[in-house]
Amino acid sequence: MRMYEISKEPIDIQVVINKVVQREAGAITTFIGTVRELTHGKKTLFLIYEAYEAMAVKKLEQIGLEIEQRWEGSRVAITHRVGRLDITDVAVVIAVSTPHRVDAYEANRYAIERIKEIVPIWKKEHWEDGESWMGNQLETVAYPSGKPEAGDLDE
Amino acid sequence: MNKVLFFAHLRDVVGEEFLLLDASGKTVAEFKAELSTKYDLPRMETVMTAINEEFASNDEVIRDGDEIAFIPPVSGG
Repeated sequence: MRMYEISKEPIDIQVVINKVVQREAGAITTFIGTVRELTHGKKTLFLIYEAYEAMAVKKLEQIGLEIEQRWEGSRVAITHRVGRLDITDVAVVIAVSTPHRVDAYEANRYAIERIKEIVPIWKKEHWEDGESWMGNQLETVAYPSGKPEAGDLDE
Repeated sequence: MNKVLFFAHLRDVVGEEFLLLDASGKTVAEFKAELSTKYDLPRMETVMTAINEEFASNDEVIRDGDEIAFIPPVSGG
């Protein structure tokens, strides 16, 4: 079973959830990232997601490993979509199971924040009057050493 | 030779998904500067580099056959 995937097809949410089912779990949290129409009042028509697929899968695996080390007994599955996505389409699904619910919420939040830091996936927003590749949301990140530092990566 | 991959806005500027170039013996910083000048690549200070699918420091030396990728600020999720 592949726990970390980049998909050109629509994501089947239940399939991702099923991957983390375990007898030891008391909770499964699911994060579903969807395509929003309005960002600061600007209307998006559709998005194109592009990935460096081989590395993206490795980085998703790394995130899963970090979570399994930090939250004992956790199990993680992540699928990220690429290609053209319309408004309300599902871009990413993260499922985390843990023995207790607090850990399941925390670990899932950690996963999405880490995806936004280290997984080589990019989105291009298309508007009525143009298009642009989006950088990190703050548009302020620079990497003096050329790669993310340990300090940048922790919450 | 080295396969050099470009993504997002860098791919639009270069006009290719990848180029085959000889980067062996150069540091990441040297190679980045060279390409930046040659293709007039914008905002390279925000661009990370990967060697063989792992993030690499600016002072890492590229070897023959390494796959190099330039990683603009990511926006997945």
